[in-house]
Amino acid sequence: MSDTSIPKSAVQDAAPVRPRWKTILLRPEAMTFVLLILATLGASLLSPFFADIAYILESFTYYSEYAIVGLVLTLVIISGEIDLSGAAMMALSACLFGITYQAGYPISVAILVSLISGVAMGWFNAILVIRFKLPSIIVTIGTLTLFRGIAQVIAGDRSISKFPSWFVGIDYQYVLNLPIPVIVFCVVALALGVILGGTVLGRQIYQIGTSAIAAQHAGIRVNRIKTGLFIGMGVASSVAGLLTASRLASVRYDLASGAELQMVLIVMLGGTYIFGGRGSIIGTFLAAWLLVIIATGMTVANIPINAQLTVLGLLLIISIIATNIIYSRTQR
Amino acid sequence: MPVSDTPVLSARGISKQFGGVEVLSDVDLDLSAGEIHALLGENGAGKSTFAKILSGVHRPTRGTLALNGNPVEVPNPIAAQNLGITLIHQEPISFPDMSVTENLVLGRHDGALLGRVPWAQMERNANELMDMLRVSIDVTKPMRGLSIADQQMVEIARALASDSRLIIMDEPTAPLTPKEVETLFSIARRLRDQGRTIIFISHRLEEVQALCDRATIFRDGHLVETANVADLSDEDIIRLMIGRPLKEMMHRSGAKIGDVALEVRELSLPGKFHDISFTVRHGEIVGLAGLVGAGRTDVARAVFGVAPAASGSIAVKGKTVEIADPSDAIELGLAFVPEDRAVAGIFGTLPVDQNITAAVPGKIAPHGFIRSAIERALAEKSVKDLRIRLAALRQPIGELSGGNQQKSILARWLHTDPDILILDEPTRGIDIGVKAEFYDMIGTLAANGRGVLLISSELPELLYLCDRILVMSEGELTADIAGDEATQESVMRAAVPTKGKHGTGGSPPEHNEVAL
Amino acid sequence: MNSLTAALRFILLRREAGIAVMLVLFSLVVSAIEPRFLSLDTLRIVMLAVPLILIAGMGQMMVLLARHVDLSIGSILGFSAIVAGMAFRDLPEMPWWFGFFIATFVGAALGLVNGAVVTLFRLPSIIVTLGTLSLYRGVLFLISDARQVDPQYIPRPLIEMSQTSPIFGIPWIIFIALTIALISYVFLDHTRLGRQIYAIGSNPVAAPLRGISVVPVTLLVFTLSGALAGLAGVLYASRFGYVNPSITGVGFEFTVIAAVVVGGVSINGGVGTVLGTVLGVIFLGAVSVALPILGVSAFWRDAIYGAVIIIALLIDRSVRESGIRSATLEARA
Repeated sequence: MSDTSIPKSAVQDAAPVRPRWKTILLRPEAMTFVLLILATLGASLLSPFFADIAYILESFTYYSEYAIVGLVLTLVIISGEIDLSGAAMMALSACLFGITYQAGYPISVAILVSLISGVAMGWFNAILVIRFKLPSIIVTIGTLTLFRGIAQVIAGDRSISKFPSWFVGIDYQYVLNLPIPVIVFCVVALALGVILGGTVLGRQIYQIGTSAIAAQHAGIRVNRIKTGLFIGMGVASSVAGLLTASRLASVRYDLASGAELQMVLIVMLGGTYIFGGRGSIIGTFLAAWLLVIIATGMTVANIPINAQLTVLGLLLIISIIATNIIYSRTQR
Repeated sequence: MPVSDTPVLSARGISKQFGGVEVLSDVDLDLSAGEIHALLGENGAGKSTFAKILSGVHRPTRGTLALNGNPVEVPNPIAAQNLGITLIHQEPISFPDMSVTENLVLGRHDGALLGRVPWAQMERNANELMDMLRVSIDVTKPMRGLSIADQQMVEIARALASDSRLIIMDEPTAPLTPKEVETLFSIARRLRDQGRTIIFISHRLEEVQALCDRATIFRDGHLVETANVADLSDEDIIRLMIGRPLKEMMHRSGAKIGDVALEVRELSLPGKFHDISFTVRHGEIVGLAGLVGAGRTDVARAVFGVAPAASGSIAVKGKTVEIADPSDAIELGLAFVPEDRAVAGIFGTLPVDQNITAAVPGKIAPHGFIRSAIERALAEKSVKDLRIRLAALRQPIGELSGGNQQKSILARWLHTDPDILILDEPTRGIDIGVKAEFYDMIGTLAANGRGVLLISSELPELLYLCDRILVMSEGELTADIAGDEATQESVMRAAVPTKGKHGTGGSPPEHNEVAL
Repeated sequence: MNSLTAALRFILLRREAGIAVMLVLFSLVVSAIEPRFLSLDTLRIVMLAVPLILIAGMGQMMVLLARHVDLSIGSILGFSAIVAGMAFRDLPEMPWWFGFFIATFVGAALGLVNGAVVTLFRLPSIIVTLGTLSLYRGVLFLISDARQVDPQYIPRPLIEMSQTSPIFGIPWIIFIALTIALISYVFLDHTRLGRQIYAIGSNPVAAPLRGISVVPVTLLVFTLSGALAGLAGVLYASRFGYVNPSITGVGFEFTVIAAVVVGGVSINGGVGTVLGTVLGVIFLGAVSVALPILGVSAFWRDAIYGAVIIIALLIDRSVRESGIRSATLEARA
């Protein structure tokens, strides 16, 4: 025990390490991947549509907005916080966009207003969570009610439409045979994946989520990074709001109503740990496709949209339970 | 002192292992009715573990307990309570939102779950208990508003309410003012005179001499002596506790002392510390001693920017600087090994290499992207240099032993090549053997021209390592003693508050006060 | 400190005082602008607006006291209302009052599921109930075939409970709500089990050390929350005269949470009273009644609820902090 000279005897005092292949297979993302393959196989048995990649891509455009917000939400959850107000931020920023345009300003100004509102709302969340040290999980319940309420105040219950034709229908614009929303999603996923997996910032997000106090003591600017993530949520939400406005050719205060469920679901399905410190962009990326396959499969099977909520809710609960079990097994 | 024949509690062959390490071996002890019995020993000697076994917090690996001659099992704290054994924590566990009255009765099952809560009667009983203890606590107030001393009183009252025959007080006096200590002692004596048995765990020898009838001394998990306090001198106790010549295993730095590396001027943070000024020179090891709540950790946290001071200034290498965040401090060449390793030090579930490189993002990611080869090389060098024992670099650091975790944290800071290191209780919870390695390392750090500010509750550690010892008491600097002139007495005299009142605004996580 | 200021401090530091003052100030300001507001009629409208929120609020309050949140109560309300409504429609020979038992029982079962998932897997209740919020709503679409239960199927006596009065012109439904509040008060303040809910929320780590069985009590709290939301479900049918799967109870959870936190129930558990929650519910009711009287669009309601939740969280935090500060100051004095 007082041995100081032979480091090799050290191993006795440390626990044995799991082989590398096992740590990879035991990652929740691996499960997401397996599920994605199973779901695709199952769906193509159900309907030949699913063998058609164009059909899947088109279906994906309906979920791309939530999936984009889900990517940023992944980082927020890994950092140990959560933001449930994404869907409400989509609605408010889209309504601001609509109102500004309707007031006669050029559409570029309207887009700018929408993006600025995204920054402002994210900042507002950040201030409440960081300056006032309120738990983000409950604060964002408050701000989600507030943001959607403000959307209702400024837009009433009318639809704002009559956008210029070039703005409308972004989901039917293709680049490299991919609809633009899918491209946006993939680009954001790639960028955030590289940041999270390969850069110091990404490393620090994991470290903050593992222990914010230890991170602060190691000189990591915890508050600055978390503020940035909340603002990122706001910006991603306003981008998603604009994409939705373009796809639907109109905005209303109930845009993306209840979509906080889908956003959290995509992240959880991708194996991100609800208590922070673990998770990945690749998981969220795969989970977004998985959700599209499942949801579209249900639509093809003529399950009404409302009843699909059953499956989504169930999936959310099962995925947190499964992820939790996997992590508690591998954590020891 | 009424001492009956059958022991109230007798322990036979009590042993306890944690993760293969035996922290308590074959302890035999008999406690009599109507005695106050001191448990003494260095940190990690096993006295607290023994107390926790008696009170059902831990279960012994081997050995038996008997109450009044009858063998008993104490599987959990509730069972202990039912057997009449109560452990009073230094900082009591309570329900802060609920009233004193409720805290006294919560969990005592004398009625149906849907039975009425007899508020009036409960309050009457609570007041009677407070009268019995001769303390004036408003029993309708929530616990949140009570001082720690009063919270301890509520715990004692709770022990009386369940008619505990054995009351264990784990370092109760550390956070108390002298006046509060006196109150506690008079209550303890009264309880003893009622025939109850009290176990008193403390580091303060004068308190043991003043209060206790018998004392048991632990060392390295063994019981080394049980004797009447009247028959033990302070020197005897210290000799029994240490059990080895200290000087042999300690290192004096003996480094060349250079220019001023860190200068702190009139630093104040209301409620924590006031008007603190000192310097640390290159190559110098400066000790910072003091009792619990004296504000040592708060000063360290302020200097490092974790919780900056409200007023005063800090100069690094002669230049006045602004430190608002740890990242500022790191840029200026400071490093801080925090006291609470599990919370503020390690990233428990992350691999060892990521823990080691956490403070040098620029080194592992020269162009913004992490180069794992560089990261691994840095970590491997640390593992070799500091002899960190592990199975693999990608192992979660939480799986390592405390000493190896601490080495990894030190390694993290060595990669920043700091000029000034602040070490807060660096050897707490670390095996004796590894401690010696740390003393070597601290000596080497100073020999290489770095300034070291060493906060420690273990006086011998400070006395033998430091070139100079600063002493804090109640948030103020009370002494600055050269290393070769410092003695336990001179440090203790400066550390113990004399003005009668004792601030309690210090940082709660400091659990141990000056040893011996 | 003399006894008068001490007494004043005692009263002012109670959170109920704050909300009561707010309620009075709000009423004064509104009636200064529009004198019509201060009338028996308004009182009646406010009282009719709040029973459902009050009943579900009692359950939500218990959940918050135990340091959890239940986001699924809106769906539970809808679910129970649909099941009761379908029973009214498809089993005409069933006695009408049996609907109360059905709805309450269904609600309790759904609440128990919430509690079981939360306690069994140690998951954050907010995420679990976000999941069951949509799960229950989805299942309710399935069982109801997305069809509304039309007014002609709702039993007359049930509808009359919202209109006829046993005494003073106060409808039955309000008496039911007040009875629930009274029972909740007795339960939380005067039974051992009730106090254990506070203990668990006040210090979840210490509770088991004191022999409190955290898991069963947590299960109970979620079950009660579900049962009360279920009861509110059948009263929804009484109050509005129909049950619609895509309307009934949607967004209800935010209203209830807003009311409860405004009433001074802390999201950190262990703090909150029935009186406070009742005042909080009345306050929100008064706000929603005042808006049209003031000529403000009803669209403002959600924004106000959201703002109110955030403000209540900030107040809760500052009350906690000043409590700790004054405690340390007293300790040093």
